[in-house]
Amino acid sequence: MLSPLHKQLLNDYQHDFPLSARPYQDIAEQLGVSEAAVLAAFNELNDNGFISRIGPVIPPNHIGVSALVAMAVPEAQLQAVADKISAYPEVNHNYEREHRLNLWFVVIANDTEHLHAVIKSIEQDTAFPAMLLPMLDDFFIDLGFKLELNHA
Amino acid sequence: MLDAQDRQLLEHIQLGLPICPQPYAEIGRLCDMAETEVIERLSRLKQQGLIKRLGVIVKHRQLGYRANAMTVWNVPDHLIKQLGGHISRFAFVTLCYQRPRQPEWPYNLYCMIHGKDRATVLQQLEQLVDACGLSSFDKEILFSTRCFKQRGAIYTTKVLTHG
Repeated sequence: MLSPLHKQLLNDYQHDFPLSARPYQDIAEQLGVSEAAVLAAFNELNDNGFISRIGPVIPPNHIGVSALVAMAVPEAQLQAVADKISAYPEVNHNYEREHRLNLWFVVIANDTEHLHAVIKSIEQDTAFPAMLLPMLDDFFIDLGFKLELNHA
Repeated sequence: MLDAQDRQLLEHIQLGLPICPQPYAEIGRLCDMAETEVIERLSRLKQQGLIKRLGVIVKHRQLGYRANAMTVWNVPDHLIKQLGGHISRFAFVTLCYQRPRQPEWPYNLYCMIHGKDRATVLQQLEQLVDACGLSSFDKEILFSTRCFKQRGAIYTTKVLTHG
């Protein structure tokens, strides 16, 4: 169960996490609780898989290059193919979607050459062709997410 | 632009800020940098837009947002910036971007909506289509069913190897 403190931490600290020597202490002061309570609550959110991490969101194609990749995989083979693909450290998202193209994953690499090498390797490993969809322009990328947690 | 130390710092911090009283000092130890320099560099990167946001990265599914629709449209290239801008103004839209068309995939505009259930997401999508004038363009809605892997974007300057 999420406590009011958990909910505040989830919703109010997605954008401007304090950039100070004692950020958790700053949050504690803002919320009127102790630093220890904030640290404990973040550990709980982390341990229970409610947060992926506290960290930066880096716009695509500034540090490395990324591409969305789609594949059509027969249902019977999907789990095995998905597992092979997820094993690549360059793959960060891997989802099944309801479509003929049913496997969608994102590959991130330090340069285009590396990106293409990974995709080629995945095609060889899985024996399915990959449709490569690099990012051309981002209008809006992961600027946080307002959670409605009244019933969480 | 990013210098070598910025890159090193981002490589460490993107894995997650430690949950301890002085997390920036901890990150500094990993990349041989003073705590104050870590904070200064991160502040600058944020100001420059090389860090879009710094904070909690939630896992939607675990928080009850299990309906995730990727909607794709085929819109004329000259309208895409305007339409993308319009779509992005809706609070329920989490991502919106342009990708190239492919021979068997005529779509170029992508929009992601995370919601608690399909009915809500479809309703929001309808609202979006009406408000942005998207009804005449071909589209497909791809709901996600299984999540095999979800992790933040991990960038590295190292050469990665895999078996």
